[in-house]
Amino acid sequence: MNPKTLKYILKRIVLAVFTVWVVITVTFFIMHAVPGGPFTSEKAVSPAVQKAMEAKYGLDKPLMTQYVSYLTDVVQFKFGPSLKQRGRMVIDIIGDGMKTSIKLGLISAFLALAIGVVLGAFAALFRNSLPDRIIMVMTTAFVSMPSFIVGSLLLIVFAIKLHALPANGSTAAGLVLPIITLMLYPMSYITRLTRSSMLDVLLQDYIRTARAKGVPARRIIFVHALKNALIPVITYFGPMLAYIVTGSLVVEQIFAVPGIGRAFVSSITNRDYTMIMGTTIVLASLIVIMNLVSDIMYKVVDPRITLE
Amino acid sequence: MDKQEKELVLTSQDFEPASEEEKAYMVKMRPQTTAFQDGMRRLRKNKVAMVSFWVIMLITLSAILIPFFWPYKYETMLGMTPGKPVDASFQNLTPFQYSTSEIARQESGEKIVPHIFGTDSSGRDYFIRVIYGTRISLIVGFFASMIVLVIGLFIGSLSGYAGGKVDMVIMRIVDIIYSLPDMLMVILLATVLKQVIGDSLEGTMLAKIGSNIISLFIVFALLYWVSMARLIRGQILSLREQEYVLAAQAAGAKGSWVIKKHLIPNCISVIVISTALQIPNAIFTESFLSFLGLGVNAPMPSLGSLASDALNGITSYPYRLVIPAIVISLIVLSLNLFGDGLRDAFDPKLNG
Repeated sequence: MNPKTLKYILKRIVLAVFTVWVVITVTFFIMHAVPGGPFTSEKAVSPAVQKAMEAKYGLDKPLMTQYVSYLTDVVQFKFGPSLKQRGRMVIDIIGDGMKTSIKLGLISAFLALAIGVVLGAFAALFRNSLPDRIIMVMTTAFVSMPSFIVGSLLLIVFAIKLHALPANGSTAAGLVLPIITLMLYPMSYITRLTRSSMLDVLLQDYIRTARAKGVPARRIIFVHALKNALIPVITYFGPMLAYIVTGSLVVEQIFAVPGIGRAFVSSITNRDYTMIMGTTIVLASLIVIMNLVSDIMYKVVDPRITLE
Repeated sequence: MDKQEKELVLTSQDFEPASEEEKAYMVKMRPQTTAFQDGMRRLRKNKVAMVSFWVIMLITLSAILIPFFWPYKYETMLGMTPGKPVDASFQNLTPFQYSTSEIARQESGEKIVPHIFGTDSSGRDYFIRVIYGTRISLIVGFFASMIVLVIGLFIGSLSGYAGGKVDMVIMRIVDIIYSLPDMLMVILLATVLKQVIGDSLEGTMLAKIGSNIISLFIVFALLYWVSMARLIRGQILSLREQEYVLAAQAAGAKGSWVIKKHLIPNCISVIVISTALQIPNAIFTESFLSFLGLGVNAPMPSLGSLASDALNGITSYPYRLVIPAIVISLIVLSLNLFGDGLRDAFDPKLNG
């Protein structure tokens, strides 16, 4: 690894750490800007009880003291107790939700990648043919539909009209529709990305050289072309995770999947502030880390690329 | 040297006036086209882009004009007159169905405008709600992009022109905002801003727009300008170094000429295109927030809130979800395709 790459990686790590810090700080101060503090919605609370609750959660101390203690807690993944779900810690709720959400997200990401690459490469090889046109029209349409609409339409067609699949996502069979909903957008994006980069690669000189040398077509496509055409797809790993995380908020809501997304949405509606803070920080860090990893991978795979 | 002198042989013929034939050779066969006309010609040839353009125009015009003459209002709950018992026959009408009192009025010879998409569970005409929701979504998309454009243009050009330390500080801030997970931050800001600014808006002009839409605009102003700023800064930096700028300078062009004739026209296409592509993005974000209950304030509809409200009655009235879903997808799709067409027509270099 050359020193330039190393310097780039270090720079990106510093930026990522800084970004996570900004997220934590912004979350903290935004939540404290809420008028009246987190306990105002609680009904029938006497001033004495209010005081006692504030003391319990450390809300009576000066803001900076609270900030410092919050920062040290967050670094150790201590997000405190949930304000609305009595007796449960935020980190436990997140952990429980993550089990389902990670399964959902990973399967969707994997399928999106596998199908997207195959479709994209196919479309590029048979450029301007009827299948290519169909693939492009379909992917353009999927990219233009918000995930909650895709999800609801799938729900109407497959769960309500055809009764083919369960509408409730708490069972294994019930995860099929949420996975398809989450998968369609990244799949379409990867298809388009692979297609354009494949078209680009097929025009390169080394492909012509390989052809002139008499390398079989199959070997040219899979070894020479596809391998290089997939490099830009790596850059999409980070944004794909970000999409899946935000998409899961909606999808888990529609299909009643007991995951982190649904927990987050209900914490927004209930104004469960500790839960909102904790989930935002965990999900944001996840996205930042994934972006970091995909950027570094990109750089390591193809050192010619200068990312600035 | 000798050779050159030998070749320069002038005869008296060289000083004769040009013949008609020679003059005709110099006449411009075609009026000179500007870069703009050139782009427009390419755009008009692009069928997909033109169809998308007319779809957008149709949707926009109906969203603006229909509420003026349509007899129903988006917030009026039909069959609910103060002091009288609720006429429940107005609620949950299917498309083109009439309530009992409307049928009675029709029989007495009165003409009644049909409820094209039926009514919702509160007896509100669904067609006008969809039209109004389209209006709100378009307004949100347009203004959010304008905010992004103004802030991005200002900061981007500042960063590009100033250079040095100012540029470095701005670009580091841009880097950080760029790597923030935008949707999560949007949700967070929208949740809190709703409460922070909700009270202070009371009684002002802005109250009518609703705290949620204002917070959406604030969110866009805070987070989404970064890519625009980056783009404009990059444009300014790279355009200055272009050969044709150098050529113009070498030919003796003044600074003002270079800016007017070379920098601005070349920047503008990029700016217009990315602003056009920002609109669907904003509409997407608004509908997403509406779905999470952080969008427009009731009873104001937006396409996103209509779709998410429809989820409750999805088994009985699926068309109430399908209609706003189709409109949203149509708007976003045609704006995207039109934006792509603009890009291909005006800036082939951008097509990466």
